[in-house]
Amino acid sequence: MKRCLIVDDSRVIRKVARRILEDMNFEIEEAGDGVEALQACRRRMPEAILLDWTMPVMTGIEFLKQLRQEPGGNAPVVVFCTTENDVEKIAEAIKAGADEYMMKPFDGDILHSKFSEAGLC
Amino acid sequence: MLTDAEFAYVAREVKARCGAQLTREMSNVATQRLSPLARREGYASASEFLNAARIKQDDKLWAAIAETLAPSDTRFFRDKGAFEELKTHILPDLYAKRGGGVRVWSAGCATGQEAYSLAMLVEDLRSEGMPSAEIVATDMSERLLDKARSGLYTQFEVQRGLPIRKLVQHFEKVGDLWRISDRLRARVSFEQHNLLQDPGMLGRFDIVLCRHVLSGFEPSMRAATLERIAGAMASDGVLVLGAGEAAPETQAFAPSPIQGVYVRDAAWARAAA
Repeated sequence: MKRCLIVDDSRVIRKVARRILEDMNFEIEEAGDGVEALQACRRRMPEAILLDWTMPVMTGIEFLKQLRQEPGGNAPVVVFCTTENDVEKIAEAIKAGADEYMMKPFDGDILHSKFSEAGLC
Repeated sequence: MLTDAEFAYVAREVKARCGAQLTREMSNVATQRLSPLARREGYASASEFLNAARIKQDDKLWAAIAETLAPSDTRFFRDKGAFEELKTHILPDLYAKRGGGVRVWSAGCATGQEAYSLAMLVEDLRSEGMPSAEIVATDMSERLLDKARSGLYTQFEVQRGLPIRKLVQHFEKVGDLWRISDRLRARVSFEQHNLLQDPGMLGRFDIVLCRHVLSGFEPSMRAATLERIAGAMASDGVLVLGAGEAAPETQAFAPSPIQGVYVRDAAWARAAA
């Protein structure tokens, strides 16, 4: 079973994403910001990370840049999941090492499509 | 809510006019979809509107009803495997045979996602030094074609099947919507066409994609439609059906080693001539 770390400061978003991803046979771990997410990755690197952009303490983009410097940090497939929907922001995320990018609001169909694009299912 | 008799009547008319089969479970959806059309035409309810359409037998009105009720679900790069085959085998093989001038038909294109996915694929191959292809996309619904021609899609639509790099490469953001580039829009010509009619005026095609369009047709109607399509294809043309769709119930096509892909049978062409 593949593991997915959901990183979002919204408990509601984490809950919704968890329900969809569990139906897609992922084992789920959650983090409320970038720092918590980095700690989780250092404990055990997940196969996939669903990542919000705007969060307290450490943003998604800061987390992603740091993650890619960590030992084994290039391995996880990172899918952004954010309200940021400008082309410049998307390009910035790709440049920082994001594999796919999902704009909120989303539904199960979109999440499935994005994980499929990223080769996760 | 339509009565059973009203629904049976509208289902019969829609099937005769465009081949689409409406099942009893679609009765609620049919009422929901017909209500705005009924209001626009000045009727208080879908039932009243249908009754008037029955009495008038106005072809334009029935065309609008059929357009509204025929299924039109689509997405970018639907059935990724088919696009992979087009990119790695089908298009390069035809380019090699023809030296260019390949024509592709997206039959039953709805809001254009399949046609634009093809245009992106053709662009990718061009960047690898291959020739171009002409893409013709048809649907019976002018309403859907207008949207396809606009190249404007919602955030939900561009997130279904379209990889993010392709979105950034080929689209620009216009308010809350996303618009496909002029370059790709210029690659596709959209034409109104009902698959129950002869497609002769569209010209001859090397590849036809007719995916998830004929699934609801009865076998005999599906076979006749596929034979009309075969008549508009080159003798070695390639037909691509949707993932999981049944093989054509006609001798016009022979199976290929690729699932869902069929080759126009040259012998059938001679027999039919």
